[in-house]
Amino acid sequence: MNRFAALLDRLAYEPRRNGKIRLIADYLRRTPDPERGWALAALTGALSFRNAKPGLIRELIGARTDPVLFALSYDFVGDLSETVALMWPTPEQAANGPAPPLSAVVHAFATLGRSEMPAVLTGLLDRLDETGRWALLKLITGSLRIGVSARLAKTAVAALGTLEPDAIELVWPGLAPPYEPLFAWAEGHGPRPETEDPAPFRPVMLAHAIELPDFAALDPAAFRAEWKWDGIRVQAVRAGGVTRLYSRTGEDIAAAFPDLAEALAFEGAVDGELLVLRAGRVQSFNVLQQRLNRKGVTPKLLAEFPAHIRAYDLLADGTEDLRDLGFEARRGRLERLVGAHRGARLDLSPLVPFVTWDELASARADPAAHGAGADAEAVEGVMLKRADSLYLPGRPKGPWWKWKRDPHLVDAVLMYAQRGHGKRSSYYSDYTFGVWTEEGELVPVGKAYFGFTDAELLEIDRFVRRHTVNRFGPVREVAHAPDQGLVLEVAFEGLARSTRHRSGLAMRFPRIARLRWDKPPREADRLATLEAMLQDPLDASPPPQGHAR
Amino acid sequence: MRPEELLLPTPQGLYSPAGDFFVDPMRPVARALVTHGHSDHARPGHGAVLATRETLDIMAIRYGEGFAGTTQAAAYGERIEIGGVAVSFHPAGHILGSAQIALEWRGCRIVISGDYKPGADPTCTPFEPVPCDVFISEATFGLPVFRHPDPAAEMAKLMGSLALFPERAHLVGAYALGKAQRVIALARAAGHDAPIYLHGAAERLTAYYAGAGIALGEVRPVREAKPADLAGRLIICPPGALADVWSRKFPDPVTAFASGWMRVRARARQNGVELPLVISDHADWPGLHAAIRATGAGELWVTHGEADALVHWALLEGLQARPLHLVGYGEEEVEAPT
Repeated sequence: MNRFAALLDRLAYEPRRNGKIRLIADYLRRTPDPERGWALAALTGALSFRNAKPGLIRELIGARTDPVLFALSYDFVGDLSETVALMWPTPEQAANGPAPPLSAVVHAFATLGRSEMPAVLTGLLDRLDETGRWALLKLITGSLRIGVSARLAKTAVAALGTLEPDAIELVWPGLAPPYEPLFAWAEGHGPRPETEDPAPFRPVMLAHAIELPDFAALDPAAFRAEWKWDGIRVQAVRAGGVTRLYSRTGEDIAAAFPDLAEALAFEGAVDGELLVLRAGRVQSFNVLQQRLNRKGVTPKLLAEFPAHIRAYDLLADGTEDLRDLGFEARRGRLERLVGAHRGARLDLSPLVPFVTWDELASARADPAAHGAGADAEAVEGVMLKRADSLYLPGRPKGPWWKWKRDPHLVDAVLMYAQRGHGKRSSYYSDYTFGVWTEEGELVPVGKAYFGFTDAELLEIDRFVRRHTVNRFGPVREVAHAPDQGLVLEVAFEGLARSTRHRSGLAMRFPRIARLRWDKPPREADRLATLEAMLQDPLDASPPPQGHAR
Repeated sequence: MRPEELLLPTPQGLYSPAGDFFVDPMRPVARALVTHGHSDHARPGHGAVLATRETLDIMAIRYGEGFAGTTQAAAYGERIEIGGVAVSFHPAGHILGSAQIALEWRGCRIVISGDYKPGADPTCTPFEPVPCDVFISEATFGLPVFRHPDPAAEMAKLMGSLALFPERAHLVGAYALGKAQRVIALARAAGHDAPIYLHGAAERLTAYYAGAGIALGEVRPVREAKPADLAGRLIICPPGALADVWSRKFPDPVTAFASGWMRVRARARQNGVELPLVISDHADWPGLHAAIRATGAGELWVTHGEADALVHWALLEGLQARPLHLVGYGEEEVEAPT
């Protein structure tokens, strides 16, 4: 446990990607099985402990510290595990024995019942130092937040020998901790691990966001374009009577979409977008969100929000792996498979014809007039895929690009600020902003907590601390008058009516695009401007919470 | 009498109606008493300034000789009458020349701590508790998560890294006034006797410390050295320079930052710091408690920092306490002026 804690501690402070890979690889090389396997599981997010809930940790610290001081500390530090690690009162007498190995900790927390958990956790916290406490709490609550992605950890495994990180990605879905066969293979003394799952997840291929200068180097004839659908990326796999609907991270979400899973009849692995269709028309993400937010799957829900796959790639046809074919060849096989499919739950995402980039730009600007028709509301841009691109795991630069529609922009006035969590913790980084009503009052229209640079964060933080006019617990009200305050240029993807917000509007995916120190608040936008932007005036659904995909 | 007749918070800073002067005012005023030389407390442009000799010297270095209309130096412990108020300066242990200011009038004594820390620091006179009725404290690190470790142990981490990576330059971010010189002194105490290199921002202040008799060993301006020769060397720079292009000319630099904020991981990561050194010139949570109790004050006012938590603690202790929410203090550490 101590070595693992030391690794996490060093990783948390190592800013360089290569430095992180070296630290992890060193640890994996010098740590025996199965210890290193459990560490890899923790780093890749493969562990979860049902009975170790943040609520339990709050209870333990609550019994040992003043609740007000804990709340203020947590608000400042912005991370529960770290706050508790720093505040935990060290026992008068040194606790007995060294910290147990990581494997024992993992085993204990995986098997302990809810009633035994508090005593065991307390005993461990008393025995560990600050770093150890922090690492333990991070481990059992499952949110390491140390800037290490699963991909990076796998890259470190590859660095143990001569494998490519992509090779690890391809076998990964069939593996389970503590990964002994994987280490043996990576170190060159074992065979490639094979999966026994008939319907395995295949790591998805992702696109880079394209910037205008990128186009100069790209030949339009080498690319195919599709609509970028505003739904959920899904990989539908059917084999040997098993149907799986994988999210893009490999989680099987079929149980939430039984209507869709039952309606699929192909054999193979289809990559596509999960959407809600009504009367053949794709609904906005806002509608899909309403199905996602429900806990139970009721017949009413299935009838009102029928799920559907719009397919754009084929990774396996029957048992044949197509990932080594080019996009165009896979597309031909996909068209045949979808054409032969019975039922209305699977259709084909059409190609968007274009010859020059200007033509594609026109299609992106007005999808309805370029083939998307009534579905245009669910189009959030276009995808560009090289005709010869192989299906590669991860986000390789070059073969696939996404070109999203330009966001809406509005100038709003900062009204309230709160300290953030995680990366932004201890600074005022959660902002509530508003626009002017006809009566000349500011009404809040949204909240944003990213989009600014680190330097801008410091500027806003200082502004907040210097211009606080009121305190409501952790929330600070900042000066916001016609001639005093800070104007934020806010970018957002869409707008819907909302009964939860005083303004009656809810923004989708709002973020700070620019700080307008130059602009007096009186010149910020008006509510009427926003109301004119409403996509779907009849849709009075609850607001989307901003989804990251 | 009410203490507010002797001292009260105003938008310009703490003001004494009885003596007609301000303490650490943020805007130019006719008469100012200044606790220490950090730019959030010591501003230029006042009519008259009363401060310790060192604080006046530091202000002159930073703002030029004409930083105030007139100046008067106060020695620690000396009693000076201003408009019937008895004023005296007492060591605060924060940086060289830093002082707490005691005001006494009609039997009421108020002590304004300025920024302070109990505990040893070879670069300044140690903090002395001054008995009083009202104690005015800062609360920069006024949360129970702030428990500063032994600075020598933090310095040992830096020494360990120098031994482990002799091919890498070690850049230590430290505020130009106070922290930079303390880091140098701590490195010397840890046995580091090689020359230490200075970013231009800290040159004059470091020379002033050395001139005041503080042993700092050999320090050199980094601008006169060839970057390639700085492998395995200690370089002190303002924290803002760590993320600057400036820092990239050194051989594979290790970036360290000496600050109490390094106790919180996110702060270190936000600054891109690889080697956080929890070395602070402010009192930590237990230090605040000890200092407040040692004054015997029945009433606590908190100027800035995590005032809500410290006030909550004081109320639980049975003291009268309130936050002043003075705006503008605590900025030196954000801006790190040159």
